[in-house]
Amino acid sequence: MQAAEYEVKNDVLVIRLKADLDHHTAVSVREAADALLARSHAKHILFDFTGVEFMDSSGIGVIMGRYRQVIFSGGRVGVTGVGTSVDRIFRISGLYKIVEQYKNAEEAFIRPASECCAGGN
Amino acid sequence: MDTFDNEMRLTFQAKSCNEALARMTVAAFLTPLNPTLEELADTKTAVSEAVTNAIIHGYGEAGGTVELWCARKGNEVQFSVKDTGSGIADIAAAMEPMYTSKPELERSGMGFSFMEAFTDELVVESAVGEGTLVRMKKVIG
Repeated sequence: MQAAEYEVKNDVLVIRLKADLDHHTAVSVREAADALLARSHAKHILFDFTGVEFMDSSGIGVIMGRYRQVIFSGGRVGVTGVGTSVDRIFRISGLYKIVEQYKNAEEAFIRPASECCAGGN
Repeated sequence: MDTFDNEMRLTFQAKSCNEALARMTVAAFLTPLNPTLEELADTKTAVSEAVTNAIIHGYGEAGGTVELWCARKGNEVQFSVKDTGSGIADIAAAMEPMYTSKPELERSGMGFSFMEAFTDELVVESAVGEGTLVRMKKVIG
């Protein structure tokens, strides 16, 4: 099973996770996400956890790593579809200090026109 | 020797695809105790962290065998993860939150913190060149 599906929507790289986010899947998500960030115009990243029931500290690593990739060019990292178990890991690790939580993927794409339409990098 | 209500041992290659196998195995072992979703998630996370450490830090590229042991007596579950890999030189440093010896692999350094937070007891035994044994206990219910 593929760890995730990827889509670049406007300036957002959407990562739809399809499996537990552990060390095994973190490696492939990291590689695929970085390849897409390098060759697309994506500025922000949205992790969609819908249906994912497990994440451990390896997931924290992959999210923090992607945060570092986009933060210096003004990008943000968001999460959506976070279930109870994953939410606990986010809260305990303090990850919500750097990532924004959205109710759904649509909400994540609503941002000021100036920001979403700026040419970016 | 302790007599347990149930006991199991699983050995597997130090490959990342087996992290999920270890989690599912421990979850299945807990099932007769009717754990809450939270207790189940806690235990799976703790085991996942220990197994990941064995694979990444214990063996790295060299590979090897990881052993997961689980036992229960009443509502107390004991489990351990053992490798015969490189061992930990400074256990106290390794257990510090945010400490990682492999930042290049984007390790968050939260593994031992999670094992500590999600179980009732955590003991780490390690010797350089000999391997690491992580023992945990958790009361269910």
